[in-house]
Amino acid sequence: MACLIFAECWFFAGFIVAYLFYIGKSSSGPLPREVIDIKPVLVNSAALIASSFTVIAALRGLARSHMGSFRFWMALTIVLGSYFIYGTAMEWRGFIVDHHLTISTNLFGTTYYSLVGFHAFHVIVGLCLLTTILVLSLMGHIHVVRDHLRVELVSWYWHFVDAVWIVVFTTVYIVGMRP
Amino acid sequence: MTTAPIHPISETSVGFGSRVHSWVISVDHKKLGMMYIGAGLIFFMLGGIEATLMRLQLMKPLNDMLTPHGFNQMFTMHGTTMVFLVGMPVLLGFGNYLIPLMIGARDMAFPRLNAFGLWLFIFGGLLLYYSFIGGDGLYGMGGAPDVGWFAYSPLTSKAFSVGHATDYWILGIMVSGFGSMTTAINFMATILCMRCPGMTFMRMPLFVWLMFTVGILVLLALPVLTGAQVMLLFDRFLGAHFFDPQQQGSVIFWQHLFWFFGHPEVYILILPAFGMICEIIPVFSRKVIFGYPLMVAATLSIAFISLGVWVHHMFSVGLPPWLNSIFAASTFLIAVPTGMKMFNWIGTMWGGNIRFTVSMMFATGFLVMFLFGGLTGIMLAVVPFDWQLSDSYFVVGHFHYVLFGGTMLAVFSAVFYWFPKATGRLLSEPMGKWTFWMFMIGLTLTFFPMHLSGVLGMPRRVYTYQPGRGFELWNLISSSGVPFQIVGVLLLVTNIIKSLINGRVAGPDPWDAWTLEWATSSPPPSENFPKIPTCTSPRPLWDRKHPEDPDCFYE
Amino acid sequence: MCVVALAVCFPSITHATVAEICTPGSPASSASAPSGPTILPNIFDPHGPPARMIHDLSWLVLGICGGLFILVEGMIFYGVIFYRRKKNDKSKNEPRQVYGSNPVEIAWTIIPLLIVFVLALTTVRTIRSIELTEAPEGALQVVVIGHQWWWEYRYLDATLPGGEVVVANELHVPINRPVWLRLESADVIHSWWVPALAGKMDVIPNHTNYTWFNAETEGLYLGQCAEYCGNQHAGMLLRVVASKPADFDAWLQTQLASAVNDTSVAMGRDIFQEYACSNCHTVKGVSDGQFAPDLTHLMSRETIASGVAPLDPATLKAWIDNPQALKPGCNMPSLQLDTQELDAVTAYLLTLR
Repeated sequence: MACLIFAECWFFAGFIVAYLFYIGKSSSGPLPREVIDIKPVLVNSAALIASSFTVIAALRGLARSHMGSFRFWMALTIVLGSYFIYGTAMEWRGFIVDHHLTISTNLFGTTYYSLVGFHAFHVIVGLCLLTTILVLSLMGHIHVVRDHLRVELVSWYWHFVDAVWIVVFTTVYIVGMRP
Repeated sequence: MTTAPIHPISETSVGFGSRVHSWVISVDHKKLGMMYIGAGLIFFMLGGIEATLMRLQLMKPLNDMLTPHGFNQMFTMHGTTMVFLVGMPVLLGFGNYLIPLMIGARDMAFPRLNAFGLWLFIFGGLLLYYSFIGGDGLYGMGGAPDVGWFAYSPLTSKAFSVGHATDYWILGIMVSGFGSMTTAINFMATILCMRCPGMTFMRMPLFVWLMFTVGILVLLALPVLTGAQVMLLFDRFLGAHFFDPQQQGSVIFWQHLFWFFGHPEVYILILPAFGMICEIIPVFSRKVIFGYPLMVAATLSIAFISLGVWVHHMFSVGLPPWLNSIFAASTFLIAVPTGMKMFNWIGTMWGGNIRFTVSMMFATGFLVMFLFGGLTGIMLAVVPFDWQLSDSYFVVGHFHYVLFGGTMLAVFSAVFYWFPKATGRLLSEPMGKWTFWMFMIGLTLTFFPMHLSGVLGMPRRVYTYQPGRGFELWNLISSSGVPFQIVGVLLLVTNIIKSLINGRVAGPDPWDAWTLEWATSSPPPSENFPKIPTCTSPRPLWDRKHPEDPDCFYE
Repeated sequence: MCVVALAVCFPSITHATVAEICTPGSPASSASAPSGPTILPNIFDPHGPPARMIHDLSWLVLGICGGLFILVEGMIFYGVIFYRRKKNDKSKNEPRQVYGSNPVEIAWTIIPLLIVFVLALTTVRTIRSIELTEAPEGALQVVVIGHQWWWEYRYLDATLPGGEVVVANELHVPINRPVWLRLESADVIHSWWVPALAGKMDVIPNHTNYTWFNAETEGLYLGQCAEYCGNQHAGMLLRVVASKPADFDAWLQTQLASAVNDTSVAMGRDIFQEYACSNCHTVKGVSDGQFAPDLTHLMSRETIASGVAPLDPATLKAWIDNPQALKPGCNMPSLQLDTQELDAVTAYLLTLR
């Protein structure tokens, strides 16, 4: 999992560099300052960061064989992660419908949608993994001793997705708003 | 428990169909390793056919054997095949086969992931080659990719690459690339977690050290290429502007991304070869490798510095002088650890008692050819010299010396060395010696004159050239080397097939070697070792054979 | 390495029989044939400052690397010969196992470091001499636009009436005067490489590059595009004609003149204007196409199709009839003219001196 995370970091690095390099270079079209509304994004980010804490709580529950606690925190993680995706989708809907900003509009559109989009894709994959674990747990197939490490590795992936979001957030919503 | 040598035909107790089936569903690192190497060698022959067609076309000026479009597809497919479908799989295949055996493990850490990686590579390769017939999309345009193996923008944009040829290039490599990444994950996990008792990091065979380093580079470089290719797909299909100069996108950005991957990639192609040489030269010189700790340090330095030299592929792009200077300096710097390795190998041979089996002959050939290629590389690091010779045949000569004269000769050496272990049979030495000389003559005839035509002003990737510029003689000589190489390849294939049928039985340790893979039978049983061995030094078998003077006294 | 040096440092050997299109072949061809030799694209035959600076540095580098090659290759061969196992040596004795040697390993780290340090210093110095950030004093300024698969040259000079001279495929320059090229691309990446004058410089869309040279001798300098740019990358040849300043000025005057208007070829001119020719090609006063070479003074050149074919009546006619036969994959279509139309258009173009 560590190796996979290492490789994924380099994949994202390309898109982050692209975003930073192309800041301020769009020749036309909506600019970040004109379309970005930071408030909902902050709520989204809080949800995603909180979900890292809830997954830690879930793991602790699993370690102590408190399956009820484990399932509760896991479900909460999934809900928070899903809210993040919902929030991103709303943001995109606003960009596309209200501001006519798509991936082909200008450089901002190109770099924004690909970076945030790939991150969201990774969140969705994470949600699938977490949901699978939750469902297996509800069906009674999760055994503490055998599966603790496996669930922990999935939680590493989830933390990675969260960490990437912090970098993406800084790039898009802080650095990218400068010019 | 010993296992009888592999014989492809006489085992009648098991049907042919079920034997093929057992290979296809196998998750055994040994079978997977052999399939990687076998498929890689098949692609090698396809790439060789592409090269032969090019050399036939370039034999004389203004030749019309191939159309320009046809030639452009040939050089693109040749480069792409050799780098992604021959170099990577064959080297990673050797790693797959040898790493568990060398560290005293029973298999890779993730056997099913291993199999997944193999089949991704094979299907990626098939997807790329399907472009020859499938590339003609709705518009009747395309065919195989013809944009060069590094596919510069904006030539790859929809405007200039109509049809789906470029899309096959992107997708074929992307799929194969995922396979390489899973293999790298496997290498890292296996080497980090599954070494046998007593095998500290500084007691690992150097081959394992080098594959470990290669694993790091693969995980670092390939995702960047994947990212760049995704950006290109977005440009081509979703109207994005990553590399679109009309919307202020930067075409140089593609070059930066590609070469950030591309330079570590060529180190990925050479480091395993270094690893093979590090195992083979000591055994046939009958001496321990000279300077093991510094070899490790040199390996890690090369890998680290290789992340900071990529702009040397872009010196003629018109970047500012300070940038060109920094990357020239880093490129010069990487020559130092590489030179150290060279000297350490020579130091190993010095004072030894060298036995020139075919494997050792190929290893010596590697030293000779790689030295030449490395030195022309240093010449190219001199930026103004590169301003003349970048993108000329001088560079083509340089990289063929290091990749063919370097990597492939090391691979041939490794084939002769480890084939007995994998199959239980020795390859024919006389036929091997003919193979060696055919390749040395062929490589020199083909690739040395390229330095001359480059200096005389011949650029690369040209389907023909003007008479009277001085290129004719050198191109003719280059083309004359091809038959020798073809004979060499045929001899190698014949050797392999004949030896599989009735080669001499090898026994567990035909070369009197010192690493753990020789402590088990040839071929090894499916669990590799009846009992997991313990490791007392970098040369565990030397310690067992020379209890009065074991390596552990000198650690 | 030495073979390289010997074989290519005697350009006279390679001048030989030039089958390439360098000499006028028929009466109706160019009005200004270049005087002086054809200078082949040999990097060891520099004819101007940047190429010469690179040439001098190249000898130093060749010397150092050649020396290293002989030394190390010698060590390999010595090892192979003197440490070979003797034929009748059946003993099982192993030689002395040497695990390493700190002094030796330090030496062969430090010495290469010093060598590359020297190389790096000379490299940086030469980079700074060649890679200029602004035009040298008194330079002739020309804009080079790379197209798939031909070269466009625009001479910028405020003193030129009309402000600009636009030519295609043959760059004329005066000797002994710096020439400052501004490189732009109309489509994909190309590279401008005339080895006897300077190192190559890439021609990149939306990214302006600059290079310079200063031809010291008269003659026709050959080169070609050095960055793969598609089907006819091999057919994008470079021809730089360096002549005495007076000859250069005379050439510039002919380029400034308006297009010859010969009434005897009016039919051909009409076909040129009415058919698709005028969509792509410019003939001053007649058409204004932007996509293909300017033909106003076509007959002052020696070649067509960016150096690939000679400019004589028969070849010109064959080219117009079926460009794909001479330069397969190029962007010029065949307009399917019948014999009469073809003859007329050819005759018209032959008057454009």
